[in-house]
Amino acid sequence: MSLPQDFHRWPDEHGRFGAYGGSYVAETLMAPLAELTEAYRRLRQDPQFLAELDRDLKHYVGRPSPVYHAERLSRQVGGARILLKREDLNHTGAHKINNTVGQALVARHMGKPRVIAETGAGQHGVATATVAARLGMKCVVYMGAVDIERQKINVYRMKLLGAEVVPVTSGSKTLKDALNEAMRDWVTHVADTFYIIGTVAGPHPYPQMVRDFNAIVGREARAQVLDQYGRLPDVITACVGGGSNAIGLFHAFLNDAGVRIVGAEAAGEGIATGHHAASLSAGRPGVLHGNRTYVLCDDNGQITETHSVSAGLDYPGVGPEHAFLKDAGRAEYVGVTDDEALEAFHLLARTEGILAALESSHAVAQAIKLAREYPKDALVLCNLSGRGDKDVHTIAAREGVQV
Amino acid sequence: MNRIDRRFAALIAAGRTGLIPFVTAGDPAPAHVVTLMHALVDAGADLIELGVPFSDPMADGPVIQHASERAIAGGAGLADVLRWVGEFRRRDADTPVVLMGYLNPIEMYGYARFAEAAVSAGVDGVLIVDCPLEEAAALEPLRAAGLRRILLAAPTTAPARMEQLCKAAEGFLYYVSFAGITGAARLSTADIAARVAGVRAGAKAPVAVGFGVRDAASAKAIASFADAVVIGSALVERLAGATEAGEIATRAREFLAPIRAALDAP
Repeated sequence: MSLPQDFHRWPDEHGRFGAYGGSYVAETLMAPLAELTEAYRRLRQDPQFLAELDRDLKHYVGRPSPVYHAERLSRQVGGARILLKREDLNHTGAHKINNTVGQALVARHMGKPRVIAETGAGQHGVATATVAARLGMKCVVYMGAVDIERQKINVYRMKLLGAEVVPVTSGSKTLKDALNEAMRDWVTHVADTFYIIGTVAGPHPYPQMVRDFNAIVGREARAQVLDQYGRLPDVITACVGGGSNAIGLFHAFLNDAGVRIVGAEAAGEGIATGHHAASLSAGRPGVLHGNRTYVLCDDNGQITETHSVSAGLDYPGVGPEHAFLKDAGRAEYVGVTDDEALEAFHLLARTEGILAALESSHAVAQAIKLAREYPKDALVLCNLSGRGDKDVHTIAAREGVQV
Repeated sequence: MNRIDRRFAALIAAGRTGLIPFVTAGDPAPAHVVTLMHALVDAGADLIELGVPFSDPMADGPVIQHASERAIAGGAGLADVLRWVGEFRRRDADTPVVLMGYLNPIEMYGYARFAEAAVSAGVDGVLIVDCPLEEAAALEPLRAAGLRRILLAAPTTAPARMEQLCKAAEGFLYYVSFAGITGAARLSTADIAARVAGVRAGAKAPVAVGFGVRDAASAKAIASFADAVVIGSALVERLAGATEAGEIATRAREFLAPIRAALDAP
């Protein structure tokens, strides 16, 4: 099988991935974005910066993370071999730290003493507060008032790390509104502030920069699978909210024609019910948060509220590179429901002794489905993007258990 | 000739500063948008900026965000906004109307379909906050239909880029008086004056200054160096909570008339 194009050449110089991406922001942000684009263009090929980043990823984050053959899970499922890329073993418990370590270094090189971030479940907020503490930067995290109520532990974690958490009470009071508010902060404090976006969305150069910092996941996994099995995996899968862990895993494999790529979106209570967050499966091309991508909106163009048991997937847009990969036919995007994710969570816990994050449980559920489609000697590589400790209360509440 | 161009030509010939009020379409009451628009004209508006409600107004401060939320809750969408402009046109053939908002509602409506409907309703221009010049190719069908594509310029805009914006400007160039969101209250007039003078010298269209203009005094201060003054958040704030047509019209007139008087005073 051959591929129609080099998938590693995107984005183009305008920050576009085919028809998607770009910089759909107010004029006030064009100058800071140009400054960031230029700084990042320089740093991403600066050997000293890259050495610094490698050092931090190794000694602070704990990379490389292992690729683990989940043998009992695979046997139980009765299909192909399921391999887990263990991003849950990183410092702070998820892939998010790969990106915040990278962006914090960019901020320091640009001489910005204050960093801001948006957060939904709180994972990106914690990862940002973590690196800000380490570099001695002032840190402000915007979080929807509804999410603050749902994720009290993470709010407290951020405070312990020295960050200020600002509740956002506009709109639906969730992740998308936190992102709006962080943009407003950035517009107002551009001189001393660096905005650390937590996913591969936002205006150029964020989708590229966040992808680059997470692409280490796929680079490592590709080498590890080659090393352990002497060949590439047959299919790879990851959960997709904004899509940073997914693009992180996918990117190194995009030009490997024999590797099938499947993204698992949050189908919530089922796509037919309307209560979901499956932008690629059920949305349409539009413009949100600075980029053209697939969005969930009504006929008036108003962004609709989403639902997922997993707060980290509860987002009405998706990174523009995923939109491009979908249209190009290079990746497939399918829905995984709340119930399927929870079932996968329990199965993984009992067969492998791993509590996966609810987000990652969507990927595990998809890996299980894929494993059933393939012969026993096939390899299914799944990104276990985060650990599930943060979700224990949500799961207990959902299952009627008093903790 | 487009109404915006005609209006600015007349203002410049008369040596007057234009007054551009902004209101969010559908707020404070969806039933009285047209009444409100007429009241603004009665009180001295030269051009009306009508905000198209959007769920995620990234560049707006709390006042306009909440106005947008109220308008959406009241059911206002782009089709309603076009209908209101059409109704306004039945009694006012001259006052230019610019729709201000974000790209997604137009994208969903469809660019060609929107262009046709907007022109036929009597819209004269569009200012799409999240569509900078680099992405403005999408708006070509609107321009082809005769709508002016209003661009924003900001204090953070680099000189080379400012030159580009000045060259591409049509209708008028909207100068954002400081780096921030709508409705914030920071304004160093001398600083803005110097910057706007430079922009005016280079721009192919008149320059309107907005963001942070709150009352007659701040409007008057800007009038000395701008072709027009835009006033939004303070007006939206003043209108919030009014429900009756009479009350809305009275508040609009009482707010705008002193500003008009200040602008016209020698």
